Amino acid sequence: MRGLNMSTAVVTAAMMLTSGAAIAQEQVEVLHWWTSGGEAAALNVLKEDLQAQGIGWLDMPVAGGGGEGAMTVLRARVTAGSPPTAVQMLGFDILDWAAEGSLGNLDEVAAAEGWDAVVPTALQGFAKYDGHWVSAPVNVHSTNWVWANKAILDELGLAQPTTWDEFVAAMQAAKDAGYVGLAHGGQPWQEATMFDSVVIGAGGTDLYKRAFMDLDPAALSSPEMVEAFTRMETLRSFVDDNFSGRDWNLASAMVINKEAAFQIMGDWAKGEFLNAGKVPGTDFLCFRVPGSEGTVTFNADQFAMFNVNEGFRPAQQKMASAIMSPSFQIAFNKVKGSVPARTDVSGDELDACGQQGMAELAAAAEAGTLLGSAAQGHAHPAAVKNAIYDVVTAHFNGEYDAATAAQELAAAVAAAQ
Amino acid sequence: MPIQSRQADLRTRLQDLIPKIVLAPSLAVVLIFVYGFIAFTVYLSMTDSKMLPSFDFIGLENFGRLFALPAWNTALVNLVIFATLYIAICTVIGLGLAILLDQKIRGEGVLRPIYLYPMALSFIVTGTAWKWFLDPGLGLENTMHLWGWTSFEFNWIKDRNMAIYTLVLAAVWQTSGFVMAMFLAGLRGIDNEILKAAQIDGASNVALYRRIVIPMLRPAFLSAFVILFHMAIKSYDLVIALTGGGPGRATELPATFMYSYTFTRNSMGIGAASAVIMLMTVAAIMIPYLYSELGAKKE
Amino acid sequence: MSAVSQDTAVKTSRVAQVFIYLTLVLFALFYLLPLYVMLTNSLKPLSEITGGDMMSLPRALTFEPWLSAWATAQVGVSPTGLRPYFLNSILMVVPAVAISTVMGALNGYILTKWRFRGDTLLFGLMLFSCFIPFQIVLIPMARMLGLMGIAGTTQGLVLVHVVYGIGFSTLYFRNYYASFPTELVRAAMIDGAGFFRIFWRIMLPVSGPIAVVTIIWQFTNIWNDFLFGASFAGLNAMPMTVALNNLVNSSTGVREYNVHFAGAIMAALPTLLVYIVAGRFFVRGLMAGSVKG
Repeated sequence: MRGLNMSTAVVTAAMMLTSGAAIAQEQVEVLHWWTSGGEAAALNVLKEDLQAQGIGWLDMPVAGGGGEGAMTVLRARVTAGSPPTAVQMLGFDILDWAAEGSLGNLDEVAAAEGWDAVVPTALQGFAKYDGHWVSAPVNVHSTNWVWANKAILDELGLAQPTTWDEFVAAMQAAKDAGYVGLAHGGQPWQEATMFDSVVIGAGGTDLYKRAFMDLDPAALSSPEMVEAFTRMETLRSFVDDNFSGRDWNLASAMVINKEAAFQIMGDWAKGEFLNAGKVPGTDFLCFRVPGSEGTVTFNADQFAMFNVNEGFRPAQQKMASAIMSPSFQIAFNKVKGSVPARTDVSGDELDACGQQGMAELAAAAEAGTLLGSAAQGHAHPAAVKNAIYDVVTAHFNGEYDAATAAQELAAAVAAAQ
Repeated sequence: MPIQSRQADLRTRLQDLIPKIVLAPSLAVVLIFVYGFIAFTVYLSMTDSKMLPSFDFIGLENFGRLFALPAWNTALVNLVIFATLYIAICTVIGLGLAILLDQKIRGEGVLRPIYLYPMALSFIVTGTAWKWFLDPGLGLENTMHLWGWTSFEFNWIKDRNMAIYTLVLAAVWQTSGFVMAMFLAGLRGIDNEILKAAQIDGASNVALYRRIVIPMLRPAFLSAFVILFHMAIKSYDLVIALTGGGPGRATELPATFMYSYTFTRNSMGIGAASAVIMLMTVAAIMIPYLYSELGAKKE
Repeated sequence: MSAVSQDTAVKTSRVAQVFIYLTLVLFALFYLLPLYVMLTNSLKPLSEITGGDMMSLPRALTFEPWLSAWATAQVGVSPTGLRPYFLNSILMVVPAVAISTVMGALNGYILTKWRFRGDTLLFGLMLFSCFIPFQIVLIPMARMLGLMGIAGTTQGLVLVHVVYGIGFSTLYFRNYYASFPTELVRAAMIDGAGFFRIFWRIMLPVSGPIAVVTIIWQFTNIWNDFLFGASFAGLNAMPMTVALNNLVNSSTGVREYNVHFAGAIMAALPTLLVYIVAGRFFVRGLMAGSVKG
């Protein structure tokens, strides 16, 4: 019965949309790729928030490839002349669309609610274009996490590693004991995610900024970068032979099932652990990739607001306001594994790893070491990101040695600009 | 009877027009939606389009950049390997199964749909199943190990040099049954009297097929080729579902290359250039084929 | 009579018979493998799958994943399962298949029985359109649909599928009608029958087999299409494959593989059914004409 009601509502709503006449009910159309399981349920919180305010939600979910599918659909929609009200987006995609002049303006609601004061500056860099708010950030994921199976560490008498050498020694000990040292899924974005942390470990935030943000050829081919690639080879030696093409959550499952000791992955992996009934601190550990402590590499999901007809604008503003409301930020991020995009909300309701994440995020924002994740499109445009993927993956799969890889990296980045 | 003939004339002329009127909509949509869009793509390939189409003309620069990309060359080589093996193996298996199935087999009614059904499924549906089956840790290799054959090894999908062959395997799985049906239909269409006459002349079974039956299947071979070639060129879902282009970029095909440059790398100009090269390749193979096929018909 | 002519005249020995059956059954197993993986895993609890037993039969049989995929799984923000999208697919497939088949039949009829100067070139142009990689048409097609005011609607999708289905349907009907004796059409013309009358009275009654082939081909392709569905469908037109993809592709969530497999089989059921039910007519249809070049 419920399905029937819903589809009737949807049909009516769609008819109103296509007729383009005066809109009786305010509504937003939302393109996103949180299409299944917990994250879709989490987004439903927002939908219900808006419905309580009398704003209809036209759902436009397109899954696939971490948003690739949705971005293709978006292009079709913009070309057809009917952009959605709000689109889930990451990093440079937002700035690129803003540069095309396709995005709306949220300055009014941002000023009224004081977003400037509560959103970390590094994050504002992706939510504002030319000084104007164009999108509303939903969350902040941090990507330089290690997830460890505590049972294995206890069994082998290992402490939580705090330096790169200790980390390598721990992986070696696990490997010697018959476990997989490092659980990893061989997909370009996963390798690039590890690479982010490894670069910081090898050359500090200075190298990271110069190489990934300034795209400085000298930094990209520097000895420190060669060292980073060498460290990737070290990581590769602790990965099992079947890694290629494996989904990240299957790699997490290896840590959960006590087959592997560690996984380097963003905080979304936490959901897999919690879902398997594991408790942070007792069953699994979360800590920053050794060598990258004090730094937080992040990516933030945002809803970019498109230029829509005048009639849709009030609903759009209300949606932005609802996204930024502390209650939604907490409710959503509890499910998603990430932390709120505003630093002024209490993290009491989050689990131990989430609270640690929030504290570190605030500290990093303060210290200026909150850096956009290159692997997740928060350091440079898509063309460069993918060019870096190509080299990192090729090297990880043994096509280049470390020195060649650094040269190739500089060349590929230059060619992609 | 002059009046009647004049009436007949008018009617003939009207009758002459009707077919063209009926054909016109089809022609119009093909001209606009196929050839118009091809023209648009050719134009895009000579612009500096990035995220959205732009109209700044830059000549042939994109083609130069395209061929400087190692991944594009990989994709081209992969397409040659993939298309050749895929078309050859599908044809051999399809023909073989059709011949075997044509031997007064009991249970044909059960076997035929089993051979045919993969064509009904897209790789969005079967992709995960294939991925698991091919994964050494989960699928065939693991199962063989559990059954006690511990030296068994099947890790192509993880191997940079072999992964392209797993694509061939899955693609053959999908289409060979369909090709079988085409050949089976061809075989059933052959007049039995011819075969009987040959057998009376003392021809062996092998000779019978090689000399008489297979040559008579020429039309089926050609239809199969058209279908298989078009599938090979368009293979996209297959790659995404099985390997995502990996390990590394070892299984990139032109279709995946084009999609990723156009839509995920925000390099629409280069993506369009690769599409133009693909279309030219198709044209280079199909136009001579169409010419000989359709030209021959006229006689 | 027809039963006799279906058999081959070739005689085979006992040993050869065993070999033939063995080969045929082995291939049948090969074809069934992915279906086996999907079916068994759709009937297991998730813990059994992530526990590592992916190839074995379910130890604890459950139908929960099927119910979930059909009615309660999260597809987008609504926990509707795949159920609402089924109708969208039907509403898209039926008109698209019907229109492209009828146009293909008329085109084939004209190109073989009402020939004119340049008809071969025309056919070549249509046939070549089968080979255009669909990814390149996305952007211009989106613009066209926008201009026509049918972006995001089922009508828009039907148009797209008809446009890119005409090539193959024309190919099938043309090849079929080519072997139909033109003398009969001539005779009817002399008797005063017109264009549509001949089509209706003479061509259509014999078109059954090739219509089956065309309908199966178009139905399969359109039902399974993902690219166009994802790019051009609004929320009230979203077909089954797009919903399935939304179901199985969470970016950073837990993956319920059993539900995914159940959904995958569900999405494939209509095409499977078409192949199983119409399969025998399919070979007969191919036999009747399309393979005769």
